[in-house]
Amino acid sequence: MAKIRDMIPAFELLQPTTIEAAIDLLDEHRSGAWVLAGGLDSFDWFKDRIKRPSAVIDLGGIPELTGIRDAEGGLEIGAMTTLTSIVRHPRIRSEYSIVADAAEHVATPQIRNQGTMGGNLAQDTRCWYYRSGWPCYRAGGNTCYASAPQAMNREHCIMGRSRCVAVNPSDTAPALIAVDAKMIVENTSGPKVYDAEDFFIGPSIDITRMTVMKPRDLLTRVHIPAAWANAEFYYEKVRDRGSWDFQLVSIAAAFRMSGGTIEEARIAVNGVAPYPVRLDAVERLVAGTSGDEATANRAGDLAIAGARALRHNDYKIPMMRNLVRRAVGSVA
Amino acid sequence: MGQEETVGVSEHSFTRRTFIKGVIATGATTSSAGYLFRGSSLLGAATYQTATERLITLTVNGQARRVDVLPHETLAMTLRYKLGLTGTKLGCDRAECGACTVLIDGVNQYGCSMLTHQVRGRSVTTIEGLENPDTGELSVVQKAVMEEGGFQCAFCAPGFIMSMEALIAENPNPTREEAAHALSGNLCRCADYHKILNCAMRAAELARAV
Repeated sequence: MAKIRDMIPAFELLQPTTIEAAIDLLDEHRSGAWVLAGGLDSFDWFKDRIKRPSAVIDLGGIPELTGIRDAEGGLEIGAMTTLTSIVRHPRIRSEYSIVADAAEHVATPQIRNQGTMGGNLAQDTRCWYYRSGWPCYRAGGNTCYASAPQAMNREHCIMGRSRCVAVNPSDTAPALIAVDAKMIVENTSGPKVYDAEDFFIGPSIDITRMTVMKPRDLLTRVHIPAAWANAEFYYEKVRDRGSWDFQLVSIAAAFRMSGGTIEEARIAVNGVAPYPVRLDAVERLVAGTSGDEATANRAGDLAIAGARALRHNDYKIPMMRNLVRRAVGSVA
Repeated sequence: MGQEETVGVSEHSFTRRTFIKGVIATGATTSSAGYLFRGSSLLGAATYQTATERLITLTVNGQARRVDVLPHETLAMTLRYKLGLTGTKLGCDRAECGACTVLIDGVNQYGCSMLTHQVRGRSVTTIEGLENPDTGELSVVQKAVMEEGGFQCAFCAPGFIMSMEALIAENPNPTREEAAHALSGNLCRCADYHKILNCAMRAAELARAV
């Protein structure tokens, strides 16, 4: 909780200048290490004394992690590229506008000026029971405070729960799933490539992690393939405030059109599950249609099949349905 | 939350040796560390050399400032308590309120949420650095704030002014909506946003006239 305390507890600050050095340090320190990207979230954890790493590895001094390059017809975004650089990048704005749009929806100008691609993707959940240091499942304990009878769970999940009911807070995650991005994760055994939707994991896979990354791993870059450049995009983030806030529900959709017909679609929703949800069934349903009202309505109903509310978040079910309807209807 | 309070050191999964090394390396000789070492012969031991050089040179408001910085010290702490630049305020200390906003190489960022060691070699500008150092003439944003009287208690003012500086430098002809978006990372508890936006628009006007 946001109390001002004198200082962040001490840690050893390590500032490598190459990816190899960073990976070696991660391998050396393992679970005692904390990867510092933009740091906006990290320092909150440290100040609140909830996370106490012994070594902090600051990636800010590694030039090869920063920048946006043309790669295989698509783009490659270094993990330490700031969100502001993504918002302003001419090719992202013109060909993958959904990624720029999502990055622009992250928090405040100051946070976008410092916050990074990798940090936005790898950030931890906002569940306040977990963040306040309660010994919940995700923190290695044996209960979920957010689904208890008296719990305040208005912002929690409506699907994908497995003991934990927290949601993924990333704005860029669904947009990157929509453009079929690949995450490149490296450790001492070399790089591994994950599809964006497989990079995020639910509590049924590992309840203590939000992504596939284990303590030795480093997300070095995100590759956006050429295939979805200049598709028809739809992005919408619903939040409580007109100004900055985390999402209640957000949607990112890409449609490849042929005449007035949807050839292929990729749709992802965030804020409804512990991971951003790719709606493959909806994608199949809308393919070959024009995104007409009847299809959009069926798509919305299909999207929420199996959704189950907690005590205070039943509003998220129609909200998700309506967002899917709007996204599909946007191409008609 | 009943979180156990400890000062300066992380006691988690440390061997006694590295724990002591850490305390000495970071110089956390607070009262509680003194308590830990009461009667210990290690108190007088040679200091351990960390990878992070503590005595560094920072470029603040165009001046090279030599300062002793802990590895886990935030820029806002260094500015306020080591360099005496108390114009930079600490509001929430959680990257939410914007009172600590400073310019790093001309870009507005939260001073409370970056380590001082992360800005080595970069140029830091605080509210104290906005006036002309020779003539004492205020910046256009400061003049606009004087003219429009945009703030009530004004605790948030330094942060807002730094964000306005960044806005004007990037977009000297903003719409009111663009200005609001550019200033969305700063909060005013007096809810004086309307007049603050007047300041921003007036500052842009003055900047265009220069």
